[in-house]
Amino acid sequence: MKIVIIDYGAGNIQSIQFALQRLGYTAILSSDKNIIEQADKVIFPGVGEASSAMTKLKESGLDTVIPGLKQPVLGICLGMQLMCRYSEEGDTSGLGIFDVDVVKFSNKVKVPQIGWNQITDLKTPLFKDVEEKEYIYLVHSYYAPLCEETIAISDYELLYSSAMCKDNFWGVQFHPEKSSEVGERILKNFVTL
Amino acid sequence: MLTKRIIPCLDIKNGRTVKGINFVDLRDAGDPVELAQRYAKEGADELVFLDISATEEERKTLADLVKRVAEKVNIPFTVGGGISSVEDVSVLLYNGADKISINSSAVKNPDLINQLVAKFGSQCIVVAIDAKRINNTWKVHLVGGKVPTEIDLFDWAKEVEDRGAGEILFTSMDHDGTKNGFANEALAQLSETLNIPIIASGGAGNMDHFADTFSKGKADAALAASVFHFKEIEIRDLKNYLLERNIPMRL
Repeated sequence: MKIVIIDYGAGNIQSIQFALQRLGYTAILSSDKNIIEQADKVIFPGVGEASSAMTKLKESGLDTVIPGLKQPVLGICLGMQLMCRYSEEGDTSGLGIFDVDVVKFSNKVKVPQIGWNQITDLKTPLFKDVEEKEYIYLVHSYYAPLCEETIAISDYELLYSSAMCKDNFWGVQFHPEKSSEVGERILKNFVTL
Repeated sequence: MLTKRIIPCLDIKNGRTVKGINFVDLRDAGDPVELAQRYAKEGADELVFLDISATEEERKTLADLVKRVAEKVNIPFTVGGGISSVEDVSVLLYNGADKISINSSAVKNPDLINQLVAKFGSQCIVVAIDAKRINNTWKVHLVGGKVPTEIDLFDWAKEVEDRGAGEILFTSMDHDGTKNGFANEALAQLSETLNIPIIASGGAGNMDHFADTFSKGKADAALAASVFHFKEIEIRDLKNYLLERNIPMRL
């Protein structure tokens, strides 16, 4: 099992590697096109700001590599948002994998949303053996609205996509690597897809 | 529903956990990584590591400690203390910190907040504010509370939000170490005037204090150290107690 975490200089990625390590998997960090394309599973992380992350992706040519991948790909947090069509954050064009535009929470709620919220309406094997209303850890100011690709829903001001799936592409708004045992279960489900 | 958060704070000096009584006279309460794992298992929602010697002393071991924590712990953690540049933050995030907090360096160079937000996003930038009430106004203090300023707490908190910080960690120095409860009046004012999450810190002594800071103080999270370190309050018991009082908690 070759797991590659895409390393494009966007924030906290070692923690994903460590979480996989705790599950007994070895993952490597890489920005190399060939290594990424030959992986069995690809994780596309992201912590930070959308436009500067997208700029880094473009500089390394990964913006064209990622949408062409055929193996299971998991975008996490900003990674998931960059897989969408567009993000309001920094007026950023995304990779266009998920057919939805990322927008900002209104000032009716505290922004960013930071902390533990629940996931419901769970679909696909990504959530195998995960109970409805389990708690996962989130930290984000922007969200993907509900769409055809939604496979988990969270509620903050309104219902939004906590996870999405299209073909071999998966995205989670929450941080499975930081969501205690529930998150580890979801990571394990992805790795064993 | 988003829950309120319980956050044990580990004050770090020379790689060990300490807790000051009113920031002076430190006591040793264990190994940070071991303690962090214990808290994660007991249901802590998040952890904060504050390198309290950092603004005055060398702190080369911090990045290594961050990495060791990230290896072992499956809940998020914030790292603060002596962070004064984009490079400092980059190293800590890369080693596995989820958020970083800045304090004195933000007051001395407020533009640092904007720079960090532009590079890393609001969601991982916490601004910690230590304040003390002097003649009925709350004044910001620096360097672990040792240096008073003329800056008003609420003015500064607003500026911090406007500059893009994702969260405020407010420590009342009047309450810290007293175990008489949090500064709920000031906290409620912060929470009502700002639109970013507020972490209450300073004064936790019993479970009612936590209930009060969530209901009266309108805090989004409550941070404490010694009551957890010395097992005066068990996190699991505390969360059950708060749930019974209809405060949303993750169990």
